[in-house]
Amino acid sequence: MTDQDDGYTVTIPRPPLTGFTLPLTAVLGAMFGFVAGNVYGQPWLGALVGAVIGAGIAALAHQMSGQRTQTRWGIIVAFAVAGFLAGGLGAAISGVIIGAVLSWFAYWLDTGDYRKNVPIYYTPGQVLWHNTFLFICGFVFFFLIAPLIPVMWLSFNAENFFTFTPEMLNFQAEGYSLKHYRDFLGTDEWMTPLKNSLIIAPFATFISVSLGTLAAIGLSQSHVPGRQAIMAILISPMIVPLIISATGMFFFYAPLGNWLEANLGLDQAFVGYVKVILAHAALGVPFVIITVTATLVGFDRSLTRASANMGANPVTTFFRVQMPLILPGVISGGLFAFITSFDEVVVVLFVGSAQQQTLPWQMFTGLREQISPTILAAATILVTISILLLTTVELLRRRSERLRGLSPG
Amino acid sequence: MSDVTDATTGKAAPTPDDGLRIADSNDGGPVLAADGTPLKKSLSRTLRRQKMRALLLIAPLLIFVLVTFIVPIVSMLLRSVDNTIVPNTLPQTVSVISEWDPTASDLPDEPVYEALYYDLFLASEAKEHTKLGTRLNYEQTGLSSQFRSVGRDLDEIGEDQIDALEDLAEDTWDNEAFWFDLMRGGENAENTDQDVLDRARARLRALTGDAFTGGTGFLPGAEISALLPRTAYEYASFAVFTAIAEEDVVAEEEPWESVKIALIQELQAGADVASYNGFGAEELRAAQDMLADQPQPTFKEAFLEIDQGWGNPQTWKTLYVYKSPYTSGYFLNAADYQLGFDGVEARPENQQIYIKLFMRTLYMSLIITGSCILLGYPVAWILANLPLRTANVLMILVLLPFWTSLLVRTSAWKVLLQQQGVINEILVWLGFVDDANRLILMNNATGTIIAMTHILLPFMILPLYSVMKTIPPSYLRAAKSLGATNVTAFWRVYFPQSVPGIGAGSILVFILSIGYYITPEIVGGTDGVFISNRIAYHISSSLNWGLAAALGTILLVVVLVLYWCYDRIVGIDNVKLGG
Repeated sequence: MTDQDDGYTVTIPRPPLTGFTLPLTAVLGAMFGFVAGNVYGQPWLGALVGAVIGAGIAALAHQMSGQRTQTRWGIIVAFAVAGFLAGGLGAAISGVIIGAVLSWFAYWLDTGDYRKNVPIYYTPGQVLWHNTFLFICGFVFFFLIAPLIPVMWLSFNAENFFTFTPEMLNFQAEGYSLKHYRDFLGTDEWMTPLKNSLIIAPFATFISVSLGTLAAIGLSQSHVPGRQAIMAILISPMIVPLIISATGMFFFYAPLGNWLEANLGLDQAFVGYVKVILAHAALGVPFVIITVTATLVGFDRSLTRASANMGANPVTTFFRVQMPLILPGVISGGLFAFITSFDEVVVVLFVGSAQQQTLPWQMFTGLREQISPTILAAATILVTISILLLTTVELLRRRSERLRGLSPG
Repeated sequence: MSDVTDATTGKAAPTPDDGLRIADSNDGGPVLAADGTPLKKSLSRTLRRQKMRALLLIAPLLIFVLVTFIVPIVSMLLRSVDNTIVPNTLPQTVSVISEWDPTASDLPDEPVYEALYYDLFLASEAKEHTKLGTRLNYEQTGLSSQFRSVGRDLDEIGEDQIDALEDLAEDTWDNEAFWFDLMRGGENAENTDQDVLDRARARLRALTGDAFTGGTGFLPGAEISALLPRTAYEYASFAVFTAIAEEDVVAEEEPWESVKIALIQELQAGADVASYNGFGAEELRAAQDMLADQPQPTFKEAFLEIDQGWGNPQTWKTLYVYKSPYTSGYFLNAADYQLGFDGVEARPENQQIYIKLFMRTLYMSLIITGSCILLGYPVAWILANLPLRTANVLMILVLLPFWTSLLVRTSAWKVLLQQQGVINEILVWLGFVDDANRLILMNNATGTIIAMTHILLPFMILPLYSVMKTIPPSYLRAAKSLGATNVTAFWRVYFPQSVPGIGAGSILVFILSIGYYITPEIVGGTDGVFISNRIAYHISSSLNWGLAAALGTILLVVVLVLYWCYDRIVGIDNVKLGG
C-alpha cells in the first residue's frame, strides 16, 4: 500500500483506448454476453454481441470522460430497459447490475484509476497482480457474507418452499409475505423454544459471569500457585469438542437428575432446566475468563491502593473503583457466554429433555426433517440479534481501549 | 484489535517477594518491620495472605467447573473401560466360570449353568437381564434375543420337582405364610442371621444400582440359614426385592421358583434335616424323603432346551472373555478390533468402519484447514495492511458470520446447496447445468467441506490478522529496496514472519473441525459425516454407550495433543476473541 499524502501528486497517464481499454472492456462484455446468451442456448453469439457492446461502452467512456456520472447512469438505464423487455423485472435487475459493472470497469480503466493504489514504478504485471489480489479478497468477503442473504430473502417467501419461486424473482408482491414470521411468532412450536432459550441463556450467563469475574480477578493477582494448571482447567470447556462435552455430561447429568428428583423431590421440568443451565454455564466460563483477564491487563493497580488508602473497604473498592473500569470486559464476556448458550445445540440435545427444547434445537430438528421455511424466519431474527450483539461488543471494546489509553480504532 | 496478553506481564510495580529477596541479601541483623516482627516473617505472611486471597477468589469457579465439566468428562473416560454390568448381573456365574478351562471342553459343566440359573432368575425378576443381553450383543450378535428368551422361560426349569414338592402336602410348599415362617425360623426365633439379608441387599444393589435400604419386615432365622444356606440366600433376595422394589408384604407373596429349586437341591444333596427341630421340621423331613426318589434338576439340559444358543461354545467364550469388571473391548472395537478368545483379532471386513471414519475425519479436517488458509491468508493480509478505518469496516464482514448462529449458517448452506437450492437454480437458469443433472453439492463430502470452510474461516482470519498486524510493513519495503522481487520479498521476508499465525489458526480450525457435529449431520449425508456423528448415533440410537465413550476418549486425546501443541506455539493466555 502506498501513501497518497507524500507531498506531491503523480498524474497517472491515460491509457490508450484501442490498445488497452477497448479490448479489455470487450472481454468483460463477452463474458457477460456468454452467460446471458447461454440462457437462450446461444452462448457464443451472446459473447460476440457482448464483446461489441463492451467495445462500444469503452469508446463511449473515452469520449465522455468529463460526464462520468451521467454517462454511467445512461448506460445503466439502457441495460435495465433492455433487460425488462427481454425478461421482466428480474432480468431488468440483472441488467442494472451488468450495466453498472461494465460502465464502472470502462471508466476505471480509461481514467487510469486502476493504478491509483499502486506505486508509480509498478510494472503492468505487478498492477495486474495487485488488482487480481483485490478481486480475490473481494471474492472471499463475498463468500463470507453472501450465504446469509438468500436466507433472509427466502424468509419472506409466500410459498412453503426452501427455494425461490418465479414470483419472487420477478419481484411480484404475491410472491412475498410475512407468513413465516407469523408462524414463528404465533405458534407454540416456535414460541416455547424461544421462551426456553430466553430462560436458559440468562441464567447460564449470570452464573458464568459472576463466578468468572471473581476468578479472573483472582487469576490476575501476582502470586497464584498453579496458575497454569488452573487456567487450563478453566479454559478446557472451550477446547474439548462439544460432542465430547455432551457425551460426558449425558452420562453424568442423567443420574444426577434422577437423584435430585428422587431424593429432593424436585419437579422434573425444574431439574431439566437446572441441568441444562449448569451445563451451559460451564461452557460459557472460558469466554468470561479470557475477556475479563484481558481487560485486567490494563487495569492500574494503584487505583485500588489509592481507594484503600482513602478508607474504602475491599467490597466498596471492588464495586466503586474496579468494577466500573473492567465493566466493558465483563459485559463482552457475558455476551460471549450468552451467545454460547443461546446458540448451543449439541449439549442441550443430550442433556435436556423435550421440555427444555431450545430455539437452536428446534431449528436443528427442523433442518433435519425439513419441515417449513419458518426456520428461515427464525434464522433472520437470529441474524438481526447477532448484528445487535456484534455492534454492542465492538462499541464496548473501543470504549475499553479508550479507557486503557490504547489507540481508539 | 488490541494486543491482549498475559495478565501478569504488566507487572512493573514492586511485589512482596522483592522484599523477601532484599531481606535475604541483607547481611546484618534481621531487618524489623514497623510492629517489631522480623521483616522477612512479616513479608512472607503478607505473601501467604495474598496467595490465599487469590485462591479464595478462584475457588468457587474452579469447583464449579470441576463438578459440572471435569467430573462428567472423567466419568466418560471411566465408562469406556467399564464392564461391571457382567460381574454385577452374573456374580455367581463369573466366579464359577473362572474355573472352567475353555481349551479343554467346548461347554462348561453343570455348576456354571446352575450359577447362571440363579443369577439370571433374580436378574429377570428385576428386569436387568435384557440390559446384559444388549451389552453382550455388541460382542456377539444374537445374545440379546438369547437372554430375552431365557428370561421368559426360566420358571419352567425344574417344574416337575416343584410340582411334586407342592403336591406333597396341602397349604405348605405353595403357601406364602408357611414359607415366611419357615425362613424366619418360626414366629419368635431367638437367633437371627442378619448377614444373609445384608448379602442379599448387596447383591440387589450391585444388580440394579438402586440403594435397597429400608425395612423388609423379614429376618432370616439363624438355624434355618445354617441348615439351608442357598435357600436362605435366595429367599432373602426374594424378600428384599419384594419388600423394597415392589413394595409388597413378604409374608403375603409366594416365593420364586428359584427359592424352591434351591430347597430341592439342598434337600437332595442331603441337608441334615434330621437334627433340625425348628419351625417346619416335619415338612422338611417329609420333603426330603419324597425328593430322594425324584431326579435332580438339570440346568445344562434345561438351558439348551430353552435356546440352542446356550450350547454354542462361542456364547460361553464371549462370556468368559468379558467376565472381568474392566475391559479393553470398547477401545478395540473403536479401532476395528475385537477381544477374541485367543486375544486381539481384527473385526470382520464388513464391520470395519471406525478407522475409516477416523481417517476421513482427519482427512476432511485437513482439507478444511487448508482451504481456510488459502481463503483466509489474503483477507488477513489486506485487513492488516489497509488503513485502520477501512480495515475496521471490512472486519465487520468477518465478524458478522462469526457472531451469527451456527444453525443459521448451516441452514444457509442447506438453502444454497440442495438440489433445488439457490446455486443449482441459478446454474440451471443460466443454462450451464441441465435440469435433469443438477449438481449434487449436499449430502456428501463436498457439502461438508464447503459449509465448514465457511463456518470456520473467521477462526483462521482472526489469529492470522493479529499476527500480521505485528509485522512492520517496512520489512517488505526494505527487502524490495535491497533488490528482492515481489515474490522473493514475500516468500523470504513476510511469509516466515506470518507462520506463527498460520500455525495458530490451523490448529484452532483443525481442533474445531474434528469435533464438529451439527454441520456434517445436516449437510453431510452419509459420505460427509465425521466421527462425532457416529458418537451421537451410539448415544441416542444404538445405545452402545461404552463404545461412544471409547470413541470420545480417542477423539479427546487427539484434541488434547493438538491443544498442547497450540499452547506451545501460541500460549493459552493469548487466545483472542473477535479482536
